[in-house]
Amino acid sequence: MEIFVQQLINGLTLGSIYGLIAIGYTMVFGIIGMVNFAHGDVFMLSAFIALIFFLILTTWLGISSVVLALFIVLIIAMVLTSLWGWAIERVAYRPLRGSFRLAPLISAIGVSIFLSNFVQVAQGARNKPTPPMIRDVIVLFQGESGYNVAISYKQIIIMVVTAVLLTIFWYVVQKTSLGRAQRACEQDRKMAALLGINVDRTISLTFVIGASLAAVAGTMYLLYYGVVSFNDGFVPGVKAFTAAVLGGIGSLPGAVLGGLIIGLIETFWSAYFSIEYKDVAAFSILAIVLIFMPSGILGRPEVEKV
Amino acid sequence: MNAPSITSSAQTQAATKTFDLKAALGDAFRTALITFGLSIPILSFKTEQNGADLFLRSRWDLALIITALVFGLRLVLHAFTASRSYRQATPSPKQATEPVHAEPSAFQHVSKFAIPFFLGVALAFPVLIYFVQGGLNESRYWIDLGILILTYVMLGWGLNIVVGLAGLLDLGYVAFYAVGAYSYALLSTTFGLSFWICLPLAGILAAFWGMILGFPVLRLRGDYLAIVTLAFGEIIRLVLINWTDLTNGAAGISSIPRASFFGIPFTAGEGGFAQTFGLEFNGMHRIIFLYYLILVLALITNFVTMRLRKLPVGRAWEALREDEIACRSLGINTTNTKLTAFAIGAMFGGFAGSFFAVRQGFVSPESFNFLESAIILAIVVMGGMGSQIGVAIAAIVLVGGPEVLRNLTFLKAIFGEGFDPNEYRLLIFGMGMVAMMVWRPRGLISERDPSVVLKERKAISGSLVKEGHG
Repeated sequence: MEIFVQQLINGLTLGSIYGLIAIGYTMVFGIIGMVNFAHGDVFMLSAFIALIFFLILTTWLGISSVVLALFIVLIIAMVLTSLWGWAIERVAYRPLRGSFRLAPLISAIGVSIFLSNFVQVAQGARNKPTPPMIRDVIVLFQGESGYNVAISYKQIIIMVVTAVLLTIFWYVVQKTSLGRAQRACEQDRKMAALLGINVDRTISLTFVIGASLAAVAGTMYLLYYGVVSFNDGFVPGVKAFTAAVLGGIGSLPGAVLGGLIIGLIETFWSAYFSIEYKDVAAFSILAIVLIFMPSGILGRPEVEKV
Repeated sequence: MNAPSITSSAQTQAATKTFDLKAALGDAFRTALITFGLSIPILSFKTEQNGADLFLRSRWDLALIITALVFGLRLVLHAFTASRSYRQATPSPKQATEPVHAEPSAFQHVSKFAIPFFLGVALAFPVLIYFVQGGLNESRYWIDLGILILTYVMLGWGLNIVVGLAGLLDLGYVAFYAVGAYSYALLSTTFGLSFWICLPLAGILAAFWGMILGFPVLRLRGDYLAIVTLAFGEIIRLVLINWTDLTNGAAGISSIPRASFFGIPFTAGEGGFAQTFGLEFNGMHRIIFLYYLILVLALITNFVTMRLRKLPVGRAWEALREDEIACRSLGINTTNTKLTAFAIGAMFGGFAGSFFAVRQGFVSPESFNFLESAIILAIVVMGGMGSQIGVAIAAIVLVGGPEVLRNLTFLKAIFGEGFDPNEYRLLIFGMGMVAMMVWRPRGLISERDPSVVLKERKAISGSLVKEGHG
């Protein structure tokens, strides 16, 4: 029982990170129908940006309050990663509108290879460990066998930041004119353009929002694990894509739900079955969901038009 | 696409007049500013480790050099497009009004001579290297490089069946390569079977796995299929790592028996290859034999593909690539068609894997990660999907290029002693894939012409759509 509660907490933390990345996949898929394969590497890049600015703030500028430093790092990482997201869309995806169907995916694979190798060349191939930023834990209750169920401050921070940002994001998509334009482009891009919506700008902003949420995930990942390396984008990226597909690709609540489910499955699988096969579990879910229920839990079934 | 028409000097002059220097400078400046913004954290600071601590070293000079470079390139690009956009703005009167007769392009003329040339060089390569380097042992490095390139040519041709001909994006091709390699490694170490028995077995097993993995994914649409094959590829790799009883896990399988010359081993003693043919023993005999082995395997792949393209199944593949719905409505069994493409592509991957195992004498799951799939895919994409000679040239350039660059000493003088082009290889692969999709989605070398033509060659509507004009 104690283990179950502990794993539930861990799973939800991991799930919020996956959910944040999954939103980037699901929004881009919803609006232009492509799998943004490079999104996982944008996430990895943002973790590196966060790491570098964390070091600048703490060692060069001497900010001793970790929470303040983290807050500033989060903002900077979001801004710079958004710039990357915008630039990638502008260079690699926008010229391909109207090209053949697999072209954006191949281009995205190219961007993904480029980003991970760029970081490898620029920052070196070794793992980059940071000193633990926040260590304190709150013991929730003690089990009979002496096993403490604890929630750490960083888990609380991750869940709170995720919840706050999702609320802001939800408000943007539901209530602002940008959100309306996005939903309009999702339904019918040509009609939206006829009604005076700047489709290119809306798509760019979709990438910017996706990248900034990935930056939040990247910063949280760095905070949680305290280590990042250049090939950390691939597996979390695939898992977040699995989350997006499981929740129903194109559906925003679905992405968050899928992220939480994938996070929980992964932690429980590691706790009760085998830690070696946890990635196999994630990949198998991806294959099974895509084959047997491609519309996911909350998604709409796709109709093929001729 | 025809070669761009020759513009008269008057047109070129008019074009240069439209080149707005101020606007171009402004745009180049903005691009440079964005580049600088992108490079702020990752390029300007390098994280370095000192014991347990990370610290930063700033290198603004690098970021500034890259920014200046982007500024210059953008300016050049503006000057270039200013003249070309003028040409494109005045379309030729023929365009889109009458059927365009696709004449054989310049590339096709070249490829007529290129194919025998490449074949000749490939066949004579060990001899050439022997004379250039002046000895068997001195040419070891180059023959090894040749084997490496030919392995990638073969893998590229194998994947080309799936991606280039049938239009199914397979991101897990390396799984079949792994199946082939492990089939040979396991069969030879446990049952003592020879390479010549294992080679067909490895191909059959890989084709079998291609069918197993292919069957559930075939009704998926293009990009979902790609992701599922990626997942399968990763699952196979993870199983190879974790199933230690069978595969010895991450440590891999070592001391795999070497190939023999049709039963005659490459040993120094009695009954060895050197003694049988009255030669002085040299370890290079085996390497040269391996070179010709992979050359023959690659040529078989090419030959089978070329013949299959002329069979109904090959035509069905190409039809499927162009339009799946039209295919289905014309009564082509898409499941069988896709499955054969998957299985045949996988079979050649299995042959190549079996060769890889016999050459290395050692296999481990790390040789079969996603990056390897991506490299093979990059070769196919940059060679122009569907083009055989294009894939071969792409493999030579992409695999052999960095090795050749590494030996150029003047590059070391420019970039410093530690310069290793292999580090930048994937960087260039990534950029190359994007650039190909943006500028020449149908390949640098060749066009994907239909294999079968009625009376005369015509530009098919698909070729226009794929270039983004449709």
